Amino acid sequence: MMAAVVAAGLLSACAITPGHPEDPLEGYNRAMFSFNERVDKAVLKPVAEVYETVVPDLLRTGVGNVFGNLGDPWIGANNLLQGKIADGMSDLMRFGVNSTFGILGVLDVASEMGFPKHDEDFGQTLGWWGVGEGPYFVLPLFGPRTVRDAAALPLDMAGEDPLGVDHVPTRNSLTALRVTHVRSTLLGTEKTLEEGTLDKYAYVRDFYLEQRRYKVFDGAPPRVYEDFDEASAAPLGEGVDAVADAAVRNLELVGIGGPESIDFGTNEN
Amino acid sequence: MKKLIALFCILVAAVGPGAMAAEASAPEALVRDVTNDVLSIVREDKAIQSGDTKRVMQLVDAKVLPHFDFRRMTMLAVGRDWRSAAPEQQSRLTEAFRTLLVRTYSNALTQYRDQVINFKPTRMAPEDTRVQVRTEVKQSGAQPIDIDYMLEKGSDGWKVFDVVVAGVSLVTNYRGSFTDQIRNGGIDGLIRSLEDKNRSLEAEQTRS
Repeated sequence: MMAAVVAAGLLSACAITPGHPEDPLEGYNRAMFSFNERVDKAVLKPVAEVYETVVPDLLRTGVGNVFGNLGDPWIGANNLLQGKIADGMSDLMRFGVNSTFGILGVLDVASEMGFPKHDEDFGQTLGWWGVGEGPYFVLPLFGPRTVRDAAALPLDMAGEDPLGVDHVPTRNSLTALRVTHVRSTLLGTEKTLEEGTLDKYAYVRDFYLEQRRYKVFDGAPPRVYEDFDEASAAPLGEGVDAVADAAVRNLELVGIGGPESIDFGTNEN
Repeated sequence: MKKLIALFCILVAAVGPGAMAAEASAPEALVRDVTNDVLSIVREDKAIQSGDTKRVMQLVDAKVLPHFDFRRMTMLAVGRDWRSAAPEQQSRLTEAFRTLLVRTYSNALTQYRDQVINFKPTRMAPEDTRVQVRTEVKQSGAQPIDIDYMLEKGSDGWKVFDVVVAGVSLVTNYRGSFTDQIRNGGIDGLIRSLEDKNRSLEAEQTRS
């Protein structure tokens, strides 16, 4: 586990080296990214905007809760597959409580009862088991993934749909509603991305990769904040100490520690 | 005179630990007060909720910006190349990045409705000069979003120098694209890109 955390830390440190070693498919990825953007602009975003305007808040919350509830058994299964028994049992309890007292999942009463919502999927489980993430890979319509998470996607889609509806029109309507709902929760973020970045593609990629690692390890690998000021960088020994010290302290914050942390800190410098 | 000094020492010894304990929670209190203050204004202000950029930027300018260390943030966003930037390049970078961040996240604030924000316990020793204040934003039907504020204690008190959302640093996440810009056009290339971006956003804002 410790080695995995350190490896992830080193990986994210590599993310800032030139040439984007994690994105060998950049040419294809950029093309697919802009294709997805065009689809979003033409279809998904307008539909989601109408949905947000027309459907009252309370009803939308209910819709989100129902889909969230249907996803909980699969989240629980993945927690169990990762050996997180307590979390997995809590997810199954959630499903039981919300499906009954929560009126088929419309109300999220389980959160109030101390069974919080988790975020797990089979891609995270593979990562937890030590399967490497592979290159960054933008899927048509589904968007940013790594090759590992893309491979896990069919299983995740099957797992998140425990009802296994056979009636095709019903199933398609449910999928459409779900996609629309999820998109509506993200309205506004594209404006932030558009305004706040010089290169939207690179920002989204780096964000996705860092966030996946955070999810796989249920917490970020320790972050090292360098000081690039000439003045404070001058007494070199002191600077290294400060970085190592910061690394150790960050490790404590996420509840782990050990001699590796010091290696990590000095490597960084 | 000696008595006076002794008395002074006793006073310091008695007051010292108490004063330090109060200061230990200072960063958390700072983040909490600013957050509550700003959000309660946003909740009341219909103009901000309907996306009045100028108004929300005034609010952010007055309440939030004094608590951020933009030079430190810019340094972390730029990375190693910061060392090769001349002082006036550094200050132009800082100014441009600050403008970009302020506009972007002020606009994001207009999206806020009434999500509940929880503060998680902050762990710090009295002598710490860097601390992480952890919060989470509750959203129904989904896992809460973690938002962590990193603060450093400088000569003029505690300042935020990074905001980490769902495990991603909003500051260092820029490093990849900034490094690209510097490789293609040098430090001045990055400054130009940032200033161009700010100009086009401002033009857009005055048009609308």
